[in-house]
This record gives sequence, structure tokens and C-alpha cells, in this order.
Amino acid sequence: MTAIIKLLAQRLGKALLILTAVVICNFFLVHATPGDPAAVMAGESGAADPAYMAQLREQFGLDRPLPVQLGTYLAKVAQGDLGYSHRQQKPVLELLLERLPATLAVTLTAFVLALALGVLAGVVAALNAGRWADTAVTVIALFAYATPIFWIGLMAVLLFSVQLGWLPAFGFETVGAGYSGLERLLDIGRHMVLPVLTLALFYLAVYARLTRASMLEVRDMDFVKTARAKGLTETAIVRRHVLRNALLPVITLAGIQAGHLIGGSIVVETVFAWPGLGRLTFDAVLGRDYPVLLGVFLFSSAMVIVLNMLTDVIYRLVDPRIEVPA
Amino acid sequence: MPKTLLKSGARALTLGLALGLAAPLPGAALAAEQPTRGGTMNIVLQPEPPILVLGLNQQGPTQTVGGKIYQGLLTYDEKLQPLPSLAKSWEVSPDGKTYTFHLQQGVKWHDGKPFTAADVVFSTKTFLMETHPRARDAFSRCEEISAPDEHTVVFKLKEPYAPFIMAFEVSSAPMMPRHLYEGSDFRNNPANATPIGTGPFKFKEWVKGQYVHLVRFDDYWKPGQPYLDGIYFRVIPDAASRALALEDGTLQQTQFTAIENFDVPRLKALPNLTMTTKGYEFFAPIAWLELNHRVKPLDDRRFRQALLYAVDRQFIRDKLWFGLGRVPTGPIASVTKFYEPDVPKYAYDPAKAKALLDEMGLEPDAKGVRTRLKLLVMPYGETWTRLGEYLKQALAKVGIAITLETTDAAGWAQRVSNWDYEMTMDFTYQYGDPALGVSRTYVSSNIRKGVLFSNTMGYANPEVDALFAKAAVAPSEAERQALYSQVQKILVDDAPVTWLLEIEFPTFLDKRVRNAITTAIGANESYDAVWLAK
Repeated sequence: MTAIIKLLAQRLGKALLILTAVVICNFFLVHATPGDPAAVMAGESGAADPAYMAQLREQFGLDRPLPVQLGTYLAKVAQGDLGYSHRQQKPVLELLLERLPATLAVTLTAFVLALALGVLAGVVAALNAGRWADTAVTVIALFAYATPIFWIGLMAVLLFSVQLGWLPAFGFETVGAGYSGLERLLDIGRHMVLPVLTLALFYLAVYARLTRASMLEVRDMDFVKTARAKGLTETAIVRRHVLRNALLPVITLAGIQAGHLIGGSIVVETVFAWPGLGRLTFDAVLGRDYPVLLGVFLFSSAMVIVLNMLTDVIYRLVDPRIEVPA
Repeated sequence: MPKTLLKSGARALTLGLALGLAAPLPGAALAAEQPTRGGTMNIVLQPEPPILVLGLNQQGPTQTVGGKIYQGLLTYDEKLQPLPSLAKSWEVSPDGKTYTFHLQQGVKWHDGKPFTAADVVFSTKTFLMETHPRARDAFSRCEEISAPDEHTVVFKLKEPYAPFIMAFEVSSAPMMPRHLYEGSDFRNNPANATPIGTGPFKFKEWVKGQYVHLVRFDDYWKPGQPYLDGIYFRVIPDAASRALALEDGTLQQTQFTAIENFDVPRLKALPNLTMTTKGYEFFAPIAWLELNHRVKPLDDRRFRQALLYAVDRQFIRDKLWFGLGRVPTGPIASVTKFYEPDVPKYAYDPAKAKALLDEMGLEPDAKGVRTRLKLLVMPYGETWTRLGEYLKQALAKVGIAITLETTDAAGWAQRVSNWDYEMTMDFTYQYGDPALGVSRTYVSSNIRKGVLFSNTMGYANPEVDALFAKAAVAPSEAERQALYSQVQKILVDDAPVTWLLEIEFPTFLDKRVRNAITTAIGANESYDAVWLAK
């Protein structure tokens, strides 16, 4: 356990360095895109004059040299202030926190669902390799893997909302219905079904394929033969020996997917009018809302770093043989 | 498309035919019907605007929501004649230099404070002068703006300026509350979070990413109005979902570009909806292929004329815009004032285009290519992408090889305003008067680098400059018409841009909605008279 704590402490130090580098890179990247918020707002209002543009740029602080802007930003971030979105007239942190719950609700649910069902489907396929259950899982997984996510979303809407009328087609909750408490929760839950399924399907397919392949590989290894020779039951072999070893690549992939929990649902949020961070990000890109973009990037890079550390820890728990260097 | 959708579409069509006579006209209340109180409307909000304070942001969706919260002194009928709003009457002095407005009595702001002439003076002289480019252009022409009493405002112009009467529409000059803004930093005023206006609906709640909720303002100055209890503006970012929301009744209205053109024919046929293209006369946008005159051979008039002959504009209207809009004859939209139909005509005629190109000495090479140009596609949605693809094909037929370039809205604005393009597409609103919305594209005094919607192409013709300048200040409508007719003839012959389409936007309304589209600003109107039939 102390080894893990030591590892975490060292990793944390590195993480801060990485995070600073990421912030600086993002800053220049974001400012390197053509067009700025003043140009966007002039385009939107259908009229502009030089005074208007100059005013906007001054208000946004864009009239100052880039290094000065970066210095100001870094100093603010160090104090926990992510800046202010002049476009939306709100502090960035407030904007992000407003949208975070909706995104996490969908992405976390989809993540857990995809992982659980994907591994299960993969195991079933591997145990029945070559038989119909395996073929079914492989074919469905291939289909889900190869189909664009927005198309699956739209088809799900057509089937479940338009044709069958079972589920709401889009939105976060029934607007103006005045639900509260459990009733509201159920209402939100109903709205969540389609986006969660759409998002989960792709990763479910990936997990299923990966688990299957990995299981088949491990199944023929010597230690499995030994286990079998020892006279262990098939269940014990699969659970303790095959699956545990086969899961390592799945954990790696899950670690990567978890890193996308914040920003990876732009398409699904757009199709289902889901008021999450993905859409906030997308709108910020189109509007060149620099502070919001930098805030989202900071959030998601922090998330990736934390989840990477977590993945390493889980590696060690699943397979104590692994020495994770700090 | 799934089978049942097709079926229901066909059913809708027959139903629509059967009910054709009984169906009420969009927006027009039948004489027998009495407005009833109550009900909530759901209107699409696309895209979600950054803020709702109309004096600070004039993005399209801000206008649609802000038009219910804020009001201007005037509004305009579909012939673009002024109608009372916060001003109940007005006079213009014979010399055209003094405009006197008499305000409605008993008007209150949403926070209960009275609305007076001092608010009008503050809005036009101070607030909008700082924040609003179009208002600044109009009100900087004033020598003095004064309030002789609580309900009278006098605008004294430095010199006559006929389009001044068009400057009082709600998005052009929204009245802002002096008691909340005076002496503050307007853009960072905390009051911006809860917009306060004099309109029939007041701000209740904005759940970002989902909806804006406005509720009835009980102290509205028109007795008994508004009829609706409230309006939800719903944010639905995906076009297919918006169409679906109209179909299943989630939305009672969509406006401007919320519905993709290819969905229009299908939705038009649904029994629960009506569609109108009225209510956009104040905006009356014309779309064109913009040509950078600094790039050869776009500086040659013959080449530009060849472009007009080479493009089948009827095809663009029929197939890309699905029958919405009109083929333009020149720079001024046919539904606005001072339109001149008698101008040189350019029918679709590729042979004529080729002849002009031959005359210029642009001979085709072995591959049939006479010249190569880049076209920056306007990033405003699917239809514009298709337009780019069509133009590429059409121009290839006469030997002009086009390379399409793509970007997003910010990149487009940046490149066009800094003249960093060869050809692009563009459209602008005309704001009810050529002096407000048309001349800015063509006069050489408006060649200003870095400013969008200026004369970005770099067209300069002293004759055109002089005519536009004279027409803006000419005292009578007849004199203005004569000058504008002349300038239209010159421009059409010179073909500085390739006019492609007078854009019409489809407004879809639930059949139960009454009185929605009644003026030239259509969906941006206050909706104080809108009601829902049972």
C-alpha cells in the first residue's frame, strides 16, 4: 500500500508540471485559430464598425500582447480562477459546473453500462467461440462499432420516439411540466435512455471485441492448462485465471474512455439536445470563447491525468506482478 | 425514410387539401374569433444566444427573444410603413431635420419604474451610441436629442436623412432602462443577467442549453394584453430534432433558418402546421456570390457578367432552396422600398458566358479550363455547402475551375473582413431602406479592412458613390426613387457581385396560433396580441 501512496505522490508532482504545459499549449493553440470573438459577434449581429470591434477586443482583453494575456491567465488559474466569459457574461467555473452534472450523468452511466455489458458479452462470445452465440455477439459488435454514432442516435429516435412513442426524442426533462422530487428524477431518467444507449453502444462493442480476443489468447496459455490439470472447476478457471489476465487490455481502454467522460459526448449532446459540457465546448469553439475553451481543456486534461493514475493503481490491484514505475 | 413517415406525410397532404378552406390563414385572426387569455407557446431558439440584452447583442435569436422583452419606439408593417409601438404618434418637420415622438402613457418597466422620455434620450444618446453599430450610425447624425416633457422626445438632425424613420425598430433601437444602466459599465452591468424591458413578456428563467422562459407582464401598457401566460424558447441544436419537435407538437413555432430547406416540403404538408414566408420584409436578405475585385480576372466587368449568365439561379431557388425565395434582378430586394425592376437582365445562358470569356481572351486549355479560382464556402449550414457544390459544377461548364475552401463562422468572418479570399458567398439584411442595408456593400467610402459587411470586395465606382449619397438625403420619396433606380441600373450592368437569391425564410406555426406574423419583423415582434385558439 505504501508503494502505491509513494507512487501517487510522485505522479502528482509530475501531473502539475504536465498540467501547466498543457495549459500553455492550449492557450497558444486556441489563439492560433483564425478569427476572434469580436469577429464572430460582428458576424452574428449582421453589422459592424471599427469602433465596435475595437471596443469588443478591449473588453475581452484581446488588445494586449499574447504573452501578457497568457501571464494573466496563468496567474488567475493558479488562484483557482478560470476567468470570465464576456460572451456569456458569467464566470467560466460557474458555466462549467452548471453543465458538468448533465454530461457526467450520461457519460458515466454509458461508461458503466458499456463496460459491464461489453465484458459480459465478450466472455460469453469467447466461451462459445465458433458457436452461434459467438457469431451473434461478433456481428452485432461489428455493426455497432462501424456505424457512426449520430446515425445510431437518429435511428433510435425514429424507432423509439417517432414510431413507438416510448421515449422522449430529445431534451433533458419535460419543459414546463413542473415536476419535482422523484417524479422529476424519473422524467430525466426517461430522457437519458436514448443518449446513454447511443453513447454506450460504441464502447460496448469495443469492450466486447477486446474481451473476446484477449480471453481467447489467454485461454491457451500454460497456466490455464495447469489450472485445468489441478482439477479446478471451469467457472473458477474462467473467473480467477482467464478473465483476470484477459482484463488488462480492457482496463487500459477503459482508462482512455474515462478520460473522454467530459468532452467525448459532443455529438450525442447535439443530437439529443442534451445540455452538457460537450455542447458548451462546441459553442465555445464556434464563438471563439477562449476562456470557456481553456477551462474545458483544463478540466478534461486534469481528468485524463487523474484517471491515468487511477488506471495504474487498478493495474497493480488486478495484477500485483506489474511494477508501475513512478 | 421509414415507411410510416411517408404514409403519414401522404395522409397529411390529403387532409390538408380537405381542410384547405377551413384552415385559418397564418397569423390572421378570423373576424368571428375572440382572443382568449391563457396558454403557453414553445418557440425554437436556434442557435442559443450568448446573452439576451438586445441593446448589447443583436444576434438573430437575441432579437427573437429580446423583441418580446424590449420594445422600440416604432415597428413597421409589411410595406415598411411605420406603426406605433412605444411612440403613439410622431411628426417630421417640413425640412426633414426634426423628428418629434409622442410616447404612450402609463408604460412601465418590468421592475415597476415608469418609462419616460428620459429613458429614450438615455438609450439613443448614450447607451446605444456606445454599444450598437447600426444605432450609432443613425443617432450620430443627430445634433441634439432632447425631452421637452416626460412623454415627448425630439431628434434634431444635422442634415436631412430620410431613412432615419426606419431606425426605431426594436432591434435597431431597443429602449433600455436608464435607472439601471446610467453611469455603469453597460457590458458588465449585473442587471444584464435579468433583462428588464417594457415588453409584454418579462424574463423568468434561462436554463442554459435548454430553454429561456418568459412570463406574462401583468402591468403591460396595453390593457388586457398579452394573451399568453408565457413563452418557452427551446434550444434544440440538431436540425432533424427541430423538425421532429414541430411534427410532434413540442414546438408551436420555428423561424428564420431553424428548419433546413429540404425539410420544408414535408413539414408544409402536415395537418397541424401552417407555413408562411411573410414577416421578413424588414430583413429581406439577398444572397450573392461575392467577388474580390483585387483578384484577376474578377476586376473585369465582362468576367463578372459571364458569371451571372453561367449560373442557373432558377435552379438554385427550385432545387437548393426547395422553392423558397426569388431570383433577384439586382442589389435591392423586390419586397423593399425603392426596388427598380427595369434593369439589364441576365437569363441563364452558358453560351453567352463563354462568348464573354472568349472576348476577354481567356481561352480554354487542353482540359477546357480558362481560369482557376477559389471559392470560400459560407459555413452557415447544409444549404450553403450544396450551393458551393452547385457553383463549382455550373462554372466548370463554362471553363472556370473552382476549388472549394471550407472554414467555420469565425474563420469565415476573419478571412472575408480582411479581404483574404477570392470568391465567397454572403448575404446581408436590408433593414427596410437601401441607405441602411444596401449602400454599405457598394460605396467605396465603406471599403474598410477588418470590418465585416462593409464593401469587402473593394468595388469602387464614383458614380455609384454619388448616387447613393444623394439618395440618402433627398427630401422626397419620388426623388429618392429616381436616384435609386439609376444606381440599380448602373450596378446591374457593372455586376460587382453575382446576385443569387432573394432569401425567404419559412416560419412554421401551429395552426392554433393566432396573430403571430403581422409586421415586417415577423417573429421578432412583441407577440402581445398573439393567442392560442382551442
